Amino acid sequence: MSTLLEVSGVSVSFDGFKAINNLSFQIGKAELRAVIGPNGAGKTTFMDIITGKTKPDEGRVIWGDRSISLLGMSEAKIAQQGVCRKFQKPTVFEDQSVRDNLMMALKRGRSVWDVLKYRPGADNARLEQLADEIGLLSEFSRPSGELSHGQKQWLEIGMLLAQDPQLLLVDEPAAGMTPSEREHTTNLLVEAAKTRAVVVVEHDMEFIRRLNCKVTVLHEGSVLAEGSLDHVTSNQEVIDVYLGR
Amino acid sequence: MGKSFLKNHPTMLVFLALLALFTLAITVFSEAYGSGLVSTSFVKTLGKTLCLCLVAIAMDVIWGYAGILSLGHFAFFGLGGYMIGMWLMYERTKEVVLRSLENQTIPPTETEISDAIATQIFGVVGSSDFPLIWSFAHSLTLQLILVVAVPGILALVFGWLAFRSRVTGVYLSILTQAMTLALALYLFQNDSGLRGNNGLSGLQNLPHVTAPQSEISMWFLWASAAALGFGYVFFTMMLSGKFGMVVKGIRDNEQRVRFLGYEVEHYKLFLFTVTAIVAAVAGALYYPQAGIINPAEIMPIASIYLAVWVAIGGRGRLYGAVIGAAFVSLLSTWFTGGQAPDIPLGFYTISWVDWWQVLLGISFVLVTLYAPKGIGGLFDLLKRKEVQK
Repeated sequence: MSTLLEVSGVSVSFDGFKAINNLSFQIGKAELRAVIGPNGAGKTTFMDIITGKTKPDEGRVIWGDRSISLLGMSEAKIAQQGVCRKFQKPTVFEDQSVRDNLMMALKRGRSVWDVLKYRPGADNARLEQLADEIGLLSEFSRPSGELSHGQKQWLEIGMLLAQDPQLLLVDEPAAGMTPSEREHTTNLLVEAAKTRAVVVVEHDMEFIRRLNCKVTVLHEGSVLAEGSLDHVTSNQEVIDVYLGR
Repeated sequence: MGKSFLKNHPTMLVFLALLALFTLAITVFSEAYGSGLVSTSFVKTLGKTLCLCLVAIAMDVIWGYAGILSLGHFAFFGLGGYMIGMWLMYERTKEVVLRSLENQTIPPTETEISDAIATQIFGVVGSSDFPLIWSFAHSLTLQLILVVAVPGILALVFGWLAFRSRVTGVYLSILTQAMTLALALYLFQNDSGLRGNNGLSGLQNLPHVTAPQSEISMWFLWASAAALGFGYVFFTMMLSGKFGMVVKGIRDNEQRVRFLGYEVEHYKLFLFTVTAIVAAVAGALYYPQAGIINPAEIMPIASIYLAVWVAIGGRGRLYGAVIGAAFVSLLSTWFTGGQAPDIPLGFYTISWVDWWQVLLGISFVLVTLYAPKGIGGLFDLLKRKEVQK
């Protein structure tokens, strides 16, 4: 299995506090991975580094077949490479319709000029198909601010699909969901991981068990253990810092 | 422009129709081409108001749509005025100088003419040489290019520095205000090359034109109306598609737009520069009607007024900006022109020339607190009532 993303020896500190300490991480092209860890373990900072929001003090972040470095690229450039992030709180553009939200996310030219001369044309059918997939076709022209919390989650997932990313970073997807919505989300993530890499940051052990994938445990900014869920949960260190509490 | 575009923007059609109707009505009642009901000075006021509406829609695009509260857009407006003013003043002075030298027995040399023009223009600041920046003042074409180029390049460089460093919100507002203040203070100096606090004057006299002011004022009114109409259509087209969505997205959640793969800084820089150029064109049409431009015009207060007009008219809709600019600036002319009746309270007389600004300040606070959508929000209420019926 070839590697899609390789993070090696990355450290970053804020005002002397080492948020990430010599962290190394790899993920393949079609792989599902869960990242767990107690509060302050550096899960969010880890995502911030991959997406370009935070610049590490040292280390390398290597991406794709051509092994290019993501460090020094802007957030937008990294997103254009195919790295896509879903935030914990659904963030859609509330003033704009479901269709417009999807259209913005759809994988097309991102430059000012491309966007100025863009005409939807044939994309209209694709947008309707996407809306249908996430069950929002009947709300196609409604401002997304009027949608329910669950519907906004779906819209955001639709926006992720529209971007057709190679790497999906998902922050606590199950937070605030009903059991049936959770199951639906689990299926969706497993399905997505068949063709692309998916990293899920989650607290909920039950949810991770359902994902049935390799788990990386973070603690104080570095990797404490890695392997199957049963493997890491039987690790004494992991039990001490995380599960034992 | 496709049919569907027109159909999807009914307010633009209504606006253009009203603008055409307004222009026609003023023409019919003007002193030059009609019954004379509307005085030439009032035609000038209306023509200037149209230019203010144009800079207001530019302000609305950068603030109401993109969420960047620039408090420096009047600097670009003023620079546009200065650039066209240089040619007007040079050419007009040359005309006067040539006429005065006509009767000399020996024909004057090029240098003599040039020196005479320079003395005429710069005598007031104690100089008789042309500064370097007047190198192109002899050519209308070149100065017209500078009307666009100088403010455009200033906006591009300033915007690049500010947006690249991710300066946003109130810090950006302060920075833009510092820019316009610095520019004004520089121009106030006598050796700035633009006649210090005297500014450029006599701009209402078009060189080589013998037509009376009543006619010239109408030409400028037409040109201003055309520019406003063109600007309105231009911005409507620009913002109607996906570009408008991304811009509104930047206003509502910049970070999210970035993670979708859009270079937010490029979009901001593009909008900042385009709106600066539109502001400059508006200024280039405004100052020949005003007749004079001096550095006081681009003091930060002018740009703050601009923001007040847009806020009162209603942000995020172009016609709101037009309503705000027209309504407030005409009202301001009325109050400060001494036409508004004073209110005697016995112990104190409220004179509107002094109290108008207080009234404007209070209405700005009230609009911000109780009607954040401004006057334009009234149209939403009407629409809602219609739907309820």
